[in-house]
Amino acid sequence: MSEIQTLATHMLNGLAYGFLLFILAAGLSLIFGMMDVINLSHGSFYLVGGFLGVGLVDDLGNWWLALAVSVGIVAVLGLIAEISLLRPMYNRDHLDQILLTFGLALIIEDASEWLFGTTIQSMSYPRLFSETVEVFGVVIPSYRLIVIFVGLLLAGALYLLLERTRIGSIIRAGVSDREMVSALGFNITAIFGGVFVCGLALAGFAGFIGTPILGVYSGLDFEILILTLIVVVVGGLGSLTGALWASLLIGLTQILGQAYFPSFASLIIYLVMAVVLLVRPQGLFQRRYA
Amino acid sequence: MATQAESGRKTQSFVSVHAGTIAVLAGALLLAIVPLVGSRYYVSVFTQILILSIFALSLGFLMGFPKLISLGHAAFFGVGAYAAGIFATRVDPNVVLTLGVALALSLLLALVIGVLSLRSTGIYFLMITLALAQLVYVASQQWESLTGGTNGLVGIPRPELFGLLRFDRTTFFYLVLLLAVLSYLLFRTLVRSPFGRILIGIGSNEQRMRAIGYSPRSYKLTAFVVAGAVAGLSGALWAHFNGIVTPEDLHWSHSAEALIMVIAGGAGTLIGPMLGAALIWLLESALQSYTDRSTMITGIVFILFVFFARNGIAGIAQSAWERVRR
Repeated sequence: MSEIQTLATHMLNGLAYGFLLFILAAGLSLIFGMMDVINLSHGSFYLVGGFLGVGLVDDLGNWWLALAVSVGIVAVLGLIAEISLLRPMYNRDHLDQILLTFGLALIIEDASEWLFGTTIQSMSYPRLFSETVEVFGVVIPSYRLIVIFVGLLLAGALYLLLERTRIGSIIRAGVSDREMVSALGFNITAIFGGVFVCGLALAGFAGFIGTPILGVYSGLDFEILILTLIVVVVGGLGSLTGALWASLLIGLTQILGQAYFPSFASLIIYLVMAVVLLVRPQGLFQRRYA
Repeated sequence: MATQAESGRKTQSFVSVHAGTIAVLAGALLLAIVPLVGSRYYVSVFTQILILSIFALSLGFLMGFPKLISLGHAAFFGVGAYAAGIFATRVDPNVVLTLGVALALSLLLALVIGVLSLRSTGIYFLMITLALAQLVYVASQQWESLTGGTNGLVGIPRPELFGLLRFDRTTFFYLVLLLAVLSYLLFRTLVRSPFGRILIGIGSNEQRMRAIGYSPRSYKLTAFVVAGAVAGLSGALWAHFNGIVTPEDLHWSHSAEALIMVIAGGAGTLIGPMLGAALIWLLESALQSYTDRSTMITGIVFILFVFFARNGIAGIAQSAWERVRR
């Protein structure tokens, strides 16, 4: 394989990784835009999605059914977390809610170690996409292309949802003026709950589809959380466009860094973030809506 | 405004004004007896708690007064630890010099990180302190010739004092106790000074302070540098106590642990974070001998504090005290 082909393989892997990060960052950004809460348990719900996936793919025997059930369970867990932890805290400082999500993250991390140990668990590709394909002379697993495709699809769907639908305009209105939306008769508590659950369901979804590529293990939750936080901060908190570009930037940097400068890969990521924030303290893109 | 505060203070009793100092000095006196009556084990336990309480105190100062929530505080702790460790192994284990080098280097690092990070506020500040601290963490892993890489820096000799005294477990405990009390008094003096009043003002309303004519950034930077230097001091003591420094001492989870200690103890006070450090350390080490699930229980305790006792142990003590007086 020539140099160029190797580079192209890494680029495609980086794109797949980037879109995986985008699915996470979109959820985090959506929650932040709506509730002003940085959800520090975002990586934990990624982990839950992954672990559920590993178990359910075996038990149910159907990859797609397992995907649906895992995302459903994560959404229900998210709803429980929202009702029991965040809802009683709405009239308190946002920092309190952030701290609560951090406490939740600690609990989930330890629980996952308890239940699944510290060894890395893997999941098979769905049968439909278990082959490799050749793109521009580069051989890569078709599953990675699907992840890229799903990420793109999701970016488009979120854009349409937020810009073109009634729900989207309510959410955008809630982002800019919560009290006014509430005064107009919309049930802000239900909207908050819905956005939070959707954000976490996205995290669980990312956990499921990411596991065939990355595997899943206790400790991955905080790695994912930090990467996602880097993405949203680099992209600009609350900006979906920013999250998309930053995901691709960080995803590509991470994979290319690991390939060419293995011992400095994580250094490069933090360096990118530090440089972006020093040049543009509010991230690459201005906050527009969730 | 100053006269108002002065006259307000006169009406308060001596005890309520100096409650924190009295508590710290009484606690220090109590602790001073430990080596005389307790076993070597307890001397080690309290040495570790005191070192961590200095660390938590420095972060608590930042979180409680100028309201700077940093997630990179372990960088200063770690750099102080490495500085003292490297200096002690390669040059001289004189404690005045090792602590001095640690203070100087962590102060310098805090200056650099502070200048860069204080351009941002809120969650951006939190994230950029995290990122810069992780850069230092990766550097400590990669710079093997200096730090020993992931294995850590081992064989740090016990400190001595100008050839007069070679610290053993007990004398080192007294050194740490002395430095803990001094750190508390330093921050207390800062908080009560005009400088501290301005910091509190910045913490509660930065816009207004700017409108009055203060430049919040230079005040925040000064606070950040002092807190970083004290964190470096605690790191240096940690290095001497353990005889080893590893990159884990700089990892962001160490910063997060300090944050938990501050919240559990009570941000907005100085004595709270020190008590929080003791509580969390005791909780974790007590649990570790019974169960592997200490992290989970720490998480639950943390959530309970945020839910029911947002002002931590200090808040609980304060409201109990007010109930007694009424």
